[in-house]
Amino acid sequence: MPPASTAPVLEVRNLVVEFPTHGERFRAVDDVSLELRPGETHCVVGESGSGKSVTARAILQIVDKPGEIRSGEILFRRRATPEHFPDPIDMLRYRANSRPMRDIRGKDIAMIFQEPMTSLSPVHRIGDQVGEALRLHEGLTRRQARLRSIELLNQVGIRDPGRAIDQYPFEFSGGMRQRAMIAMALSCNPSVLIADEPTTALDVTIQLEILELIKTLQTSHDMAVMFITHDMGVVSHIADKITVMRDGRVLESGSAADTLRAPKHPYSRELIQKARELDRPSALRLDMRARLGVGEPIVRANAVRKEFVVSRSLLGKPRDVSVALKDASIKLSEGENLGIVGESGSGKTTLARCIQRVFELSAGEVDYVTGRGDTVSLGPLTDTQLRPVWRDIRTVFQDPHSSLNPRMTVGEIIAEPLLNDPDGPAGPALRDRVTELLDLVELPATAAARYPHSFSGGQRQRIAIARAIGPNPRVILADEPTSALDVALRTTVLNLLLRLQEQLGLSFIFVSHDIAVIRYFCDRIAVMKDGEIVETGETETVCSSPQHPYTNLLLSAVLKV
Amino acid sequence: MANASTDDPAAANGSDAADPRDLARASQWRLMWLSFRKHRLAVFGGIVVLILYFIAAFAEFIAPFDPHKFNSRSVYHPPQMLHLIDVREDGGWTVRPHVKGTKLVRDPETLAANYEPDPDTKVYVRFFGKGDPYELWGIFPMDRHLIAPVNARDRFFLLGADRLGRDVLSRTVAGTRLSMSIGLVGVALSLVIGLVLGGVSGYFGGRIDAFIQRVIEVMIALPTIPLWMGLSAAMPADWSVVTRYFAITVILSLVGWTELARVVRGRFLSLRTEDFVVAARLDGTSQMRVIFRHIMPSMFSHIITAVSLAIPAMILAETALSFLGLGLLPPAISWGALLFEAQNIRSIVAGPWLFAPGIFVLIAVLAFNFLGDGLRDAADPYSTVGQ
Repeated sequence: MPPASTAPVLEVRNLVVEFPTHGERFRAVDDVSLELRPGETHCVVGESGSGKSVTARAILQIVDKPGEIRSGEILFRRRATPEHFPDPIDMLRYRANSRPMRDIRGKDIAMIFQEPMTSLSPVHRIGDQVGEALRLHEGLTRRQARLRSIELLNQVGIRDPGRAIDQYPFEFSGGMRQRAMIAMALSCNPSVLIADEPTTALDVTIQLEILELIKTLQTSHDMAVMFITHDMGVVSHIADKITVMRDGRVLESGSAADTLRAPKHPYSRELIQKARELDRPSALRLDMRARLGVGEPIVRANAVRKEFVVSRSLLGKPRDVSVALKDASIKLSEGENLGIVGESGSGKTTLARCIQRVFELSAGEVDYVTGRGDTVSLGPLTDTQLRPVWRDIRTVFQDPHSSLNPRMTVGEIIAEPLLNDPDGPAGPALRDRVTELLDLVELPATAAARYPHSFSGGQRQRIAIARAIGPNPRVILADEPTSALDVALRTTVLNLLLRLQEQLGLSFIFVSHDIAVIRYFCDRIAVMKDGEIVETGETETVCSSPQHPYTNLLLSAVLKV
Repeated sequence: MANASTDDPAAANGSDAADPRDLARASQWRLMWLSFRKHRLAVFGGIVVLILYFIAAFAEFIAPFDPHKFNSRSVYHPPQMLHLIDVREDGGWTVRPHVKGTKLVRDPETLAANYEPDPDTKVYVRFFGKGDPYELWGIFPMDRHLIAPVNARDRFFLLGADRLGRDVLSRTVAGTRLSMSIGLVGVALSLVIGLVLGGVSGYFGGRIDAFIQRVIEVMIALPTIPLWMGLSAAMPADWSVVTRYFAITVILSLVGWTELARVVRGRFLSLRTEDFVVAARLDGTSQMRVIFRHIMPSMFSHIITAVSLAIPAMILAETALSFLGLGLLPPAISWGALLFEAQNIRSIVAGPWLFAPGIFVLIAVLAFNFLGDGLRDAADPYSTVGQ
């Protein structure tokens, strides 16, 4: 009999999960085996679609329909004492809704999810949700459960837990909600915690806090943690063991130190290398600047202010306004990349939209220097007057799934801005131009006849870029163009943008919450917090010696591989 | 290629030929059809709806007799079975569709009509035989019917006869035309009103939106039955059948447009802030083109769904009005007008088969609802495809 401390608490052996599609069976999880030991964090890494989440869900038998577990074993050992070491039970021998499975779920194995807003019930108080498992599994009374819940909320670092317990999830911020989820998961002192991308939806500074919290709780509770993520930075920060998955298969598995230092599989090597490329200036960019330099200012925003009306009086007068942007000033020179960094709600997207005049300005000015050298003030222009400006200043949106009209073919999408240009190409010239644009973003000409739904996220972002560069723009406003993509894809897309910058003479305003991406891509940086620009400067200067404490906080939250 | 292993355009290109259904080039209608097809009940509902409209279009041909022809010798004649195999007296048999003959016997005391089987007569029936003359769509003079007695003077009643001895089957089939079309025409009218007002409301927003929404709320708050009753009571009794028919559709759609207007407005509001609509605006697309090229196609599928669910409501409303004697009046034949005949207790006792049109109403409404359910599930094919 193995000693209790080293025996795995949970063992997955040769797990196979299949989804029937169009008469065939798609293997989402193909012969996966892994082990979780007490006090150990086991990171499962992979891109979206690699089967890592399905594996986690299969352990608890909550795989979404029509997926089904075809074969394999999931062996679970209840928490062992030195005198009594229980035999493992194969969880797959119980039906998904049977009594033993329900006992294991929530009590012995707890799970936390990516999106804390949707995994908490909006109509129940936090206290009732945390206490539910306690009353269900531990048989506590309402009063006891309440006291224990307060204690748990305190443990996960929620301030004033006595008050928080009677609040609803909408009163919590994203980080607080994730803390509450963790409190729920910990309520019955589980031996295994499965965390499915628990920090992906959070701001970087909050991410760090949550990771620290999970780490602390793991040590104090001697839990085994299965941590699913696509972010190598997170992996290197917390992992004891690493399993790399792709297309439903385990490519390699081993201790974190070994895998990060000397990955065996070429794919793992690539993942790690891609993650390491970020958070340092791109060689491509530095080389380009050395050869070409930076030109005259092209866009200037002076003390731009934006207020949104929250409520109006009966007569239509604004009664309550929220200030999204407080007197922000920036300057972009020709051939330069300006990064705007900040967390959600910092006003960085609002600033971008104001610069392009999608939003009306509440105060301040935006000046644009046209190709002929005239300075145009964008503030007072109408939509019709803005059209030529919008051909010069183009946008790449964050989510390539929502920014491409699913009902138009890729060719039609790319042709749209060209069609609206009175001097644009028409007929065969238009078709040639679309092919040329597809070629610039490294997509085949045949893509034009297809619809966006047949492309992956990275390819869709390429389509969006092709649409943006169609009318020969001078400035591209990129609003988090890489954050909806897998980490491994980010540098690929960023490098594509840099190559296009040289070929087409573009300038970029690059909005992101990720200072590592900005450091890679941008020459200058503006750090935003609560609608204000707190620091600007050359990217390297700001990153190596930040002046504002908030910049410092952002920088320290970057998890290096 | 920059990075073949993680973001490989060439690999996606290869799937062009590999996928036999070629989902990559499938337009939204094709994707909708693919997902609609999986919904068996909806496909079945769709087929039933098509059959009903086929019957409505060729009602005169499908009805075995002239629905207006009365006969005092067949008052409240009960339904008869259609037999396929004809057994001869010598024991041999042939396939020859026929109906067993009946004899009218009057009760000597009450003079009530009773129909007794007459073993000596058989009414032979054939397909595409000559029968009562009619004009198809009021244009083509014809006398062929889908089923007709071999001897043109014979009569048979598969669904019985009413108090004037008219064939209930022929009348129900004839009623299909008005009842099914009033749904279509009425919904088309409410769709026009709904699209315009809902679109204006959703696109312009602000005060116009607030005003139109208040009007809709008032319309919804009005009790419909008294409103219909009031409006149809105001119709002059001497209006022709056609005028009355159109007046009724207008009345029905005046109430029915509100739901459609809300659907259209809701879609407009949510689509207006979609990234791809903002992107179209930044592409320099004119307002009209944004509406018709980018917003409208995303709404079509939802509108079709709303329409397919609004039609049965119209059919029920017409039936209700006519049943109350306020809708279409005889000699117009609709399901509701036919049910009007079955209102009193005497009809229920003497001829329960007079409720046959009610069964048609039930079938039509169920079929439309199944169809609408399936369409609703298929309306947004992008929520599942491509993820």
